[in-house]
Amino acid sequence: MLADAILVAAKDLRIEMRSRVTVSQVVPFAGLVLVLFGFALDANRPTLDLATSGLFWVTVLFVAIMAVQRSTAIETTDGARRALLLAGVEPGAVFMGKATAVSVQLLAVELVLTGGIVVLYDASIDEPLLLATTCIVATIAIAAAGTLMGALVAGVRARETVLPILMLPVLAPVLLGATRAFDDALGSVAVNGWSWLAMLAGFTIINIALGVLAYGVLLEET
Amino acid sequence: MTTSMADRSTATSPRGTGSRTTQLLGIAGIIGLVALILLSFFVAPSDDDQHDAVRMIFIHVPMAMLTYVAFSLTAIGSVAWLWKRSIWWDTVAHGAAEVGVMFCGLTLFTGSIWGRPTWNTYWDWGDVRLVTTLILFLVMVGYLAVRSLDGDTDSIATRAAVIGIIGAVNMPVVNRSVTWWSSRRTLHQKSSLTDGNLEGLTLFTMMFGLLVFSIIMAWMLIHRFRISWLERQVGEGDLSEALVARRAEAKVGFDAHGRTSK
Repeated sequence: MLADAILVAAKDLRIEMRSRVTVSQVVPFAGLVLVLFGFALDANRPTLDLATSGLFWVTVLFVAIMAVQRSTAIETTDGARRALLLAGVEPGAVFMGKATAVSVQLLAVELVLTGGIVVLYDASIDEPLLLATTCIVATIAIAAAGTLMGALVAGVRARETVLPILMLPVLAPVLLGATRAFDDALGSVAVNGWSWLAMLAGFTIINIALGVLAYGVLLEET
Repeated sequence: MTTSMADRSTATSPRGTGSRTTQLLGIAGIIGLVALILLSFFVAPSDDDQHDAVRMIFIHVPMAMLTYVAFSLTAIGSVAWLWKRSIWWDTVAHGAAEVGVMFCGLTLFTGSIWGRPTWNTYWDWGDVRLVTTLILFLVMVGYLAVRSLDGDTDSIATRAAVIGIIGAVNMPVVNRSVTWWSSRRTLHQKSSLTDGNLEGLTLFTMMFGLLVFSIIMAWMLIHRFRISWLERQVGEGDLSEALVARRAEAKVGFDAHGRTSK
């Protein structure tokens, strides 16, 4: 299963590398959102200090919607989904592979965004380990839930509009947990970020389990 | 003289979704609603702290409880569809989700109206139950969005069932995360039923409200179930008619010049 998952992840990442969509479209979009938030909050430094974590993760969620839509589109064009089924790859492995590929892309965007909040919002990173761990755990949670939701809307005409409606409410705990943990890592609010990280880890495990169990059913249906 | 399929289907189709049971439930619901209004405004006493605003409890609490009943039915129906491919349970899940979203919306609406005089605000972000209910509402709106998609009925049912289960499984996590998030003391009072503050006519009226809204919910669920069932039958009927027509066409052959021949 692990070997299959790595194969699927490598395939998706290779497609992304060749199309350069992440570099040429997604990263500029993420940067643009950060700049627009700065304008919207009147470049008010105290307000930005308080809102940095939330703005960071809201931007990541926007980017995640784009990444999941791309990941789903790869399988829906040219009957690739059926080819995957015929290839005998375990659906759980397909899910893990696709979620891994989305995670890698999101982590790359988050790296750029972290630079963005340091430069544009003057954020200081007090706890780099907490910040990095939060990014990894929250990103896996977003990618797992997003990949499952992507499979849910695969092949339907209104998938672009339905996907955010499905994804965002389910990801509300990630936004809460990751924002609070970031608040601690950036030293903007006195909270225990590690306990929030534990909650995030629980959410991540639940969504990976749901994905592995349900992805096969959806892959055959859609 | 032969009877066409359309004539036969008209002859056997039910004229509505009503029955003796739904008529009785409907009449009981209307009488109960009138009695509940009379009890709420003229019989039940006002509260020492909340004054007349407490009367909202007779609508808000039953609706909140029935919202969770409806969404639990959706989750159970979703599992039954994925496990047994039971069309009956899938239809129950769909109907319960629609009724549940309506009750959930009304719970949020009546809660906001109640919150204004008692908390001095329509919305409190620090309140766990309020925020959790809102997220549940949004997840189930997503469920209905999936249900409204075009496509094969069984495929849509499977997609919706996964959403129904994801919503149910994630709800404890949402509740826990919002509990931790709301570091301020919550404004929401504890459970109206379990905190023991309600007694006498106030408790009786609230329980009566629960009974009345349960009857109304049952009436809605039965009608919605029958509508969905008929919709599915119509869809399947159309498919069988189309298959018969295609098979009839297939019996007509084509010669080497592309001309049709029997």
